[in-house]
Amino acid sequence: MDGSVPRRCGDHVTRRLLLALLPLALLAALLAVIVRSGPAESVRGDNYPPVERLTFQRVTLEPGFIVVNVLNDGPDPVAIAQVQVDEAFWTFTADNGVDLGHLDRTTLRIPYPWVDGDAHLVKVLTSTGTAFEHEISVAVETPTPDARFFGVFTLIGLYVGVIPVMVGLLWFPFLKRLSVRGMDFLLALTVGLLAFLLVDGTHEGFESAGLLPESFQGVVLFTLAAGGAYLLLEGVGAKLRSRRRHAGEGQGGWVLAVLIAVGIGLHNFGEGLAIGSAFALGEATLGTLLIIGFTLHNTTEGLAIVAPLARERERVSVADLAKLGLIGGLPTIAGAWVGGFVYSPVWSVLFLAIGVGAIAQVIGQIVRQMAREGSAARMLATGPVLAGLFAGFAVMYVTGMLVG
Amino acid sequence: MGTVGRMAADGFSPSTFSRTWNFGDLPPAERAKFYRETRRPDGTMLREYEIFSIEREIEIAPGMFFPAWTYNGQVPGPTIRAIEGDRIRITFRNLGAHPHSMHFHGWHPPAMDGSAAGQEVQPGETFVYEFDADPFGLHLYHCHTVPLKRHIHKGLYGAFIIDPRTSSGSRPPADEFVMVMNAFDTTFDAENEVYAVNTVANAYMDEPIRVTVGRLVRIYLVNVTEFDPVNSLHLHGMFFDVYRTGTMLAPSERTDTVMLCQGERAILETTFRYPGEFMFHAHQSEFAELGWMGLFRADAATT
Repeated sequence: MDGSVPRRCGDHVTRRLLLALLPLALLAALLAVIVRSGPAESVRGDNYPPVERLTFQRVTLEPGFIVVNVLNDGPDPVAIAQVQVDEAFWTFTADNGVDLGHLDRTTLRIPYPWVDGDAHLVKVLTSTGTAFEHEISVAVETPTPDARFFGVFTLIGLYVGVIPVMVGLLWFPFLKRLSVRGMDFLLALTVGLLAFLLVDGTHEGFESAGLLPESFQGVVLFTLAAGGAYLLLEGVGAKLRSRRRHAGEGQGGWVLAVLIAVGIGLHNFGEGLAIGSAFALGEATLGTLLIIGFTLHNTTEGLAIVAPLARERERVSVADLAKLGLIGGLPTIAGAWVGGFVYSPVWSVLFLAIGVGAIAQVIGQIVRQMAREGSAARMLATGPVLAGLFAGFAVMYVTGMLVG
Repeated sequence: MGTVGRMAADGFSPSTFSRTWNFGDLPPAERAKFYRETRRPDGTMLREYEIFSIEREIEIAPGMFFPAWTYNGQVPGPTIRAIEGDRIRITFRNLGAHPHSMHFHGWHPPAMDGSAAGQEVQPGETFVYEFDADPFGLHLYHCHTVPLKRHIHKGLYGAFIIDPRTSSGSRPPADEFVMVMNAFDTTFDAENEVYAVNTVANAYMDEPIRVTVGRLVRIYLVNVTEFDPVNSLHLHGMFFDVYRTGTMLAPSERTDTVMLCQGERAILETTFRYPGEFMFHAHQSEFAELGWMGLFRADAATT
């Protein structure tokens, strides 16, 4: 009797394991049958044309060369036969050959005398004569990661990210002297600002998702990353709060400020990515107006970070304020670097998604904080809050026009 | 610039095509399957041809294939050449999956036109076209089944040369080339991706046409380019006499650039004065850079 107990327990485990593995084994058998019999092939027949899909991953311009990285995004092999630039056959070399299997990629170097500031059309023709096109709307030499461009991107990041956020933080002493109604207005304003970024980021994310090769399932990727970021930050926020509560420190305001700074930082990374890649791909001439636009736009982000601190009337050292500013602003620089030198649409979608998830989480936090124990719906319906929400959205909308 | 790579060695050769008519490139036994000539009492010939239409993938630039509709498996179809007054009898078998026909430019009764409703030859069926070769000149044939644009740009066309009978006068002996200006819309958006003379982009850049200094050169130039209103030929460093449609024995023009609309054709004559390479191409730069460009290589005459 005694000996049988552990054995029965062991049987139990084995049985459970078998039960878990049985469907997997059947699935494997099914896959083997599908691969062997090829039902899709028998439907398609011999003369069915292959499904060819080629995606331009990255197009860079070097003196006298157009360099094109393409990915076979389709289910069938693709053989690149010829390249035409601006409606002319052009010679090229391919570093990874011209026969691409599913998800294979190759880099085509085309010795084409492209013209600074002009538009060019690159057409890749496959063995079946199918054409895949990429338009270079404004030809500008692609920066190589040298010290000068690192400096330029750092400077751009400082201008549009770090400095404006810091400037926004300087409102802190003023905010602390506001009445409760004034504070409600201000927090609502912050929510309005963030809601704008949420909409804007989501739109851009879906737009970038549409540019991804279909195999990457851009929209799903975006949604997953945004949801993941939201849940992760929710967990981090809860942990931070409980730690500070244990330490007996005044909690809500600081934690919320950090979370907002993180959310904005992630958003700004995406923004930096966009600026850097636009600059690198020669698709935007970074005018002074654009930089001014981002600067104004991002100053309001500093305001959003300090608003919860002011509401809780917390004492914050200048060093802590600076820390918040750096959390919110520095990622712009990193984003500009990544965007400028190793840009790919996948990064863009991922970071926009993370930014969106973070901002959604922050909005939830602020609304909860404002409502305290009361109902969020009733709190939102008060005059100052409604006015704040609208004002926040409107400010972003108007400053956004300078960027758009 | 230019195309990358070389054509498959066993495929269609634009160089052979340009110097071939009445299946002259085939060994006699093989040739007899497609072409027979019988002298008639009045001195003219009965020329009998076996032509079939068939679908085939053809290489139009190195590594680039086009799902063509062809006469006898080639684009352009075999060049048909007769003397004014000869009897032409073409047994046309449609081995393709679509209805096709053969429509000749030249004098013939309506029953032989291959264009009217009901004159299409259905898949698996045969029709015999028979008419006299008239008038002398440079003509063409093509499928006239609707939709016409598709049947033509898919590759169903060829050159039809009628030489003048001695009673009409004659053209002096010359080094002769057939050049059919054509183009291919590989993406089926009514715009051509590839232009060429005799199908293969840049073929005569890779393999220049060999000619001899001081010897008369005659070019039979036919334009069948679909989707673009006109095509042209420009020859570097030289001038040529133009015989539009080839129906007269006196040239109508001396120039270095000739323009033809679709279906138009002209006989060009010139003599190379200097040895070396002479480029020729469409003087629509776009067509030239999309494959319609080639070279003559003139060598000094060996005595």
